[in-house]
Amino acid sequence: MSVPAIIKIIDLHKSFGNLEVLKGIDVTLGESELVFILGPSGSGKSTLLRCCNRLEQAQRGQILFDGTDILKPDTEINAIRQQIGMVFQSFNLYPHLSVLGNICLALRKVKKFSKKQAREIAFHQLERVGLVDKSDNFPSELSGGQQQRVAIARALALDPKVMLFDEPTSALDPELVGDVLGVMKDLKNSGMTMLVVSHEMRFARSAADRIIFMDGGNIVEEGPPEQMFDNPQHQRTRSFLQQVGY
Amino acid sequence: MDQIIDQFFNFKIMLEAWPIMWRGLMMTLLICAAVIPLGLIGGLLVALAGTSSTTWFRWLVIVYIDLFRAIPPLVLLILIYSGLPFAGIRLSPFTAVCLAFFLNNSAYFGEVYRAGIESIGEGQSEAARSTGLTQIQTMAYVVLPQAVRNVLPDLISNTIEVVKLTSLASVVALPELLYSSDMARSLTYNASPIVMAALLYLIILLPAVRALTRFEQKLAAQ
Repeated sequence: MSVPAIIKIIDLHKSFGNLEVLKGIDVTLGESELVFILGPSGSGKSTLLRCCNRLEQAQRGQILFDGTDILKPDTEINAIRQQIGMVFQSFNLYPHLSVLGNICLALRKVKKFSKKQAREIAFHQLERVGLVDKSDNFPSELSGGQQQRVAIARALALDPKVMLFDEPTSALDPELVGDVLGVMKDLKNSGMTMLVVSHEMRFARSAADRIIFMDGGNIVEEGPPEQMFDNPQHQRTRSFLQQVGY
Repeated sequence: MDQIIDQFFNFKIMLEAWPIMWRGLMMTLLICAAVIPLGLIGGLLVALAGTSSTTWFRWLVIVYIDLFRAIPPLVLLILIYSGLPFAGIRLSPFTAVCLAFFLNNSAYFGEVYRAGIESIGEGQSEAARSTGLTQIQTMAYVVLPQAVRNVLPDLISNTIEVVKLTSLASVVALPELLYSSDMARSLTYNASPIVMAALLYLIILLPAVRALTRFEQKLAAQ
């Protein structure tokens, strides 16, 4: 990889009790790369993503973010998390705050911006996801697709170096998926580094730089989308793609 | 009939007793002003202590909550006011009432807050933490505002209970509404002051109970 690595995962192990869900994972995410993680449910892909900002604590291995090992207990994890945006399957917007309030909370409390500055940033990000006119609405007044776009704006407002997407379209009605993927595509074009767990195969094929296929806590194979979709090397990759109808 | 009116609804006696009753009412309100905030804040602290990641500490909190929810508040009050002097700790009636109510209410309110905090999904704190908010900030700005809203009817209903329970302070001779009315009864040899006290409690609490019911109906409709 010629581009400098932003996230480098080395020999990552994670267990829930006796169940080992990550069995030594190595992934390098280069600057401006969009890497897609595919795999059946229970393959450990979401856990891997959640280890990247320490929502899950891995037991062994390293995750280097800009050279800092985020798994070390003395790492200032809250400082790191500002630089790693995360988007969740079920949006997780704060229902008691308006759209603007959702975006401004971390800007005010973490980044210590003034109210005015925070609002400016929030409006800029809402513009990016096409929802400026919804700034005073509450999450419950928005469609799922709009909520997810607000969640993306909330993460982007902190000006992160990497964005993690954990099945961002799985909870959406099919007709709303396109809007969210459109925002992700724009993000990719603007040079954002992205790690995406998703089942959107068509999107993976058109937008991803690299695809990682996971099964049973291991990386089975990885490569550019053309190779992974047209000429997968492993039987498990082939049968997975067949099962999802691709 | 006349006898009943004369004994229970004697307007002349009520008027005569009014200065004492008024002072009693003021004392009841003063007790409320002290013990309700104490309970609400104490309960919040108890609930937050219950979210600790240290196991033995969490157990300690559970023991505290169970203990002070199980012990009858009247027993607790007499234990503090009349029992503690045997250990050389002598508290004024007002302080004793405040302490007993604090122990009892913080356990009850603590349970209410706990239920509220548990009603908020893990995804909310994960989203907050993922943006760099600390655990305390996440609690203060994301979890608690939603948790309190979810258990507001229970908090109000508990508060109404506390107002009623302030009448327990009469047993340590704190001249609140019930104590004052009983004093007036013995002075006038007439039950009207007691009826008057009951009416005053109703005047305070009936609107509160009604408002709570309407509030709950409104919530249910949402």
